[in-house]
Amino acid sequence: MRQRNTIHAFLKAASAMAAALLFSTTLQAQESQFPERDVQYIIPFGPGGESDISARLQQKYFQQITGNQLIIQYMAGGGGAVGWSQLNEMDGDGYTIMGTNLPHIILQPMQQGAGYQTEDIENFIFFHYSPDALLVANDSPYKTLDDFIAAAKKTPGAVTVSGSGTYSANDIANQRFEALADITTTYIPFKGTGASVAALLGDQVQAEWGYTTTAANHSDKMRPLAVATDERHPLFPDVPTFKELGYDMTGGAYRGIAVPRSTPEDVTRKLSEIFSDINANPEFRKSMEALGFVLIDEDVDQVEDFLAEQQRQYQRVAERMEAGQ
Amino acid sequence: METLGFMLAALSPFNLLLAVAGVAAGIIIGSLPGLSATMAVAVLVPVTFGMPTESALILLGAIYTGAIYGGSYAAILVNTPGTPSAIATTFDGYPMARRGDGDLAVTLSTLSSVIGGLVGGLALFCLAPLLALVALKFGPVEYFWLAIFGLTLISSLSEGSTLKGFIGAGIGLLLSTVGVAVVGGDTRYTFGSQFLLGGVETISALIGLYCIPVLIELVATPSEHLKPPEASRGVRFREGVTLMFRGKWNALRSAIIGTIVAILPGAGGSIASLVSYSEARRASPRSEQFGKGEPDGIIATETANNATVGGGFIPTFVLGIPGTPPDAVILGALLVQGFRTGPEMFTTNASVTYTFMGGLLVATVLMLPIGLLIGRYAFKSIVSVPKAILVPTIAFMTIIGTYAIRNNPFDVVVMVVLGVAGWLLARWGIKPSPIVLGLILGPIAEQGFVQGYLMGNATGSVAGVFFGRPLSLGIIALTVLFALYPLWSARRKRTQGEVVAHEQST
Repeated sequence: MRQRNTIHAFLKAASAMAAALLFSTTLQAQESQFPERDVQYIIPFGPGGESDISARLQQKYFQQITGNQLIIQYMAGGGGAVGWSQLNEMDGDGYTIMGTNLPHIILQPMQQGAGYQTEDIENFIFFHYSPDALLVANDSPYKTLDDFIAAAKKTPGAVTVSGSGTYSANDIANQRFEALADITTTYIPFKGTGASVAALLGDQVQAEWGYTTTAANHSDKMRPLAVATDERHPLFPDVPTFKELGYDMTGGAYRGIAVPRSTPEDVTRKLSEIFSDINANPEFRKSMEALGFVLIDEDVDQVEDFLAEQQRQYQRVAERMEAGQ
Repeated sequence: METLGFMLAALSPFNLLLAVAGVAAGIIIGSLPGLSATMAVAVLVPVTFGMPTESALILLGAIYTGAIYGGSYAAILVNTPGTPSAIATTFDGYPMARRGDGDLAVTLSTLSSVIGGLVGGLALFCLAPLLALVALKFGPVEYFWLAIFGLTLISSLSEGSTLKGFIGAGIGLLLSTVGVAVVGGDTRYTFGSQFLLGGVETISALIGLYCIPVLIELVATPSEHLKPPEASRGVRFREGVTLMFRGKWNALRSAIIGTIVAILPGAGGSIASLVSYSEARRASPRSEQFGKGEPDGIIATETANNATVGGGFIPTFVLGIPGTPPDAVILGALLVQGFRTGPEMFTTNASVTYTFMGGLLVATVLMLPIGLLIGRYAFKSIVSVPKAILVPTIAFMTIIGTYAIRNNPFDVVVMVVLGVAGWLLARWGIKPSPIVLGLILGPIAEQGFVQGYLMGNATGSVAGVFFGRPLSLGIIALTVLFALYPLWSARRKRTQGEVVAHEQST
């Protein structure tokens, strides 16, 4: 009888302990095992662009790290504005995230009717950028950046440069460089990088503001005169940076990810960790760099300062553009 | 010989299986209004990541070509172009279906799509590097004139009043300005709504303008949707082949037009099929019958739009510049696989490229049996389903399809509003085609004009840029010719009317 009681007590204690253990692990799981299901990754552009390609590359490693899928959806319109203006109305549980782009989310709200403010977008990481590059066709008479500047100085406005869109990264790069080199060119906006490349290769324009990624994709037909990186790009070891040549210009089209404002902070932090981990994967870095991207790691703790600095820079260029109009 | 070996690799069991599955999936997706070829390809890109590059390309190419062909079902059976390139298929396809020849129309569309696909695919195989150079000759000014040329097609496309055709085109041009302008970046006609920033989406406008009026008519009239066939008579394959044989020159000409227009990035299938349609109508001895269910009309548009598949791959592969929106998605998939376009595709990576081209041709041929099978089923189900089920089903599809294009609920609102407006305008004789033409060509004309103007300012001679290039002058000449032809032929008919009547009666 007594023995039986002891056994009974022992079983009771054991089951209580097991329950406690189980409970505590589920608690832990809730805290650290986000995501428990697939995450929707909205790209506010159409499929096939650089934002899409970057997301596709992240997809595989997201699954490796979390065991869940990253499902890419498209919400194109207004150069991304249609998506960003609706972001904060979406479910803030971490299972909906949206790609963000600079300079878009800074420049669009400066104009009327973008439907959102830069501050409305809760970015948790900026993971890479496509560095600006001034491109010419292989047979162009401009061998160096100085040749280009000399031609533009000789007859102001006669040198035509193609680029993708107005108030876009390419347009801004052109404005910044015009100010730094004290030249005047004619910037001709096209719909998308593809059309802008076609204009350069078809001799419709003399140069193009594109990216190192553009140069990498068309390396058989065009060459960059200079690239806007801090150090020379590994794909183009012979091409100088603007900095080396004395023009203080680094930057390009930055890509980040944001969550709806209502997302809990720990979930956002976890997301930031996941995408930082993806960025740290050597295989991932290699495939990104082969396409011409430069990886950065402005995670959830640094993203605010990073954005503030970018905002200051674009503000200056925007003021110059207004003044020039 | 090596090339041929690469092409034969497309016949491996795995690649054949992918081609069959791709074509079948493409046809079904393409036949549903709103689910476009671009979306079909984009959805399947992740599936291809684990595959060898050439197999991935074959699957994506097969889906693409199947979806372009599948778009003709909706055009023929419910008057709704599943993709912009099927707009002109509605002109004769729907009247044929209404009078009970829907099965024949589907068979014709199948045969034409196969022929067009083969011509485009062979052009890609034989002439890609050469034809890519043509794409680069087209600058902003040429695009501007091409768009103007497209707008003059309105005079030949509008039934009845040309003036009403131009009014429709004006409405379309106006709609095309809504949203953020690509050139200049201004926000126009959004009335402060962020939903309108993205402008009026072409496919939602297509669905609204073509499909909603059909639905309204279906509900408003007691008669059945399509006249059912008298008896079970198969797919009328022999009849189709006979008609194809009669229209062989038409098919060949349309396929060549389709291939060439597709090489120009951005112009795409809609212009290709419209140009071939109006050319077929001009050249045909039965031009009076066009728009009333003339088989040659379907032959022209369907060969042309499937020829754009192979044609569009030419700038994509050779220049790395996507010829059509689905090409952009396929190009993105290639880059993710670490694959570069350009000359390498024909040297170091020739095995992948030629295996893919072989696969595309195989998929095109497979479209014949698969298409006839699915087409017959589609026709039967649309004819036999009672109206009370048909109307809600189509209505549901239009809403889902429109939403799915950009995941934007406001596009559905735009679709319904345009649909009701289109129904009212059609009662006053303003047809949807000129409106859609204006919507598609407006941005091309606007961007080309502003870019050309900026180029002109830089060189100091705007007139020189617009009128000083041989290629632009050629397009201008064609435009004038097409604009004046209806007047000239009307006059000729008046003077020779009796002779023609006499010849036809003998």
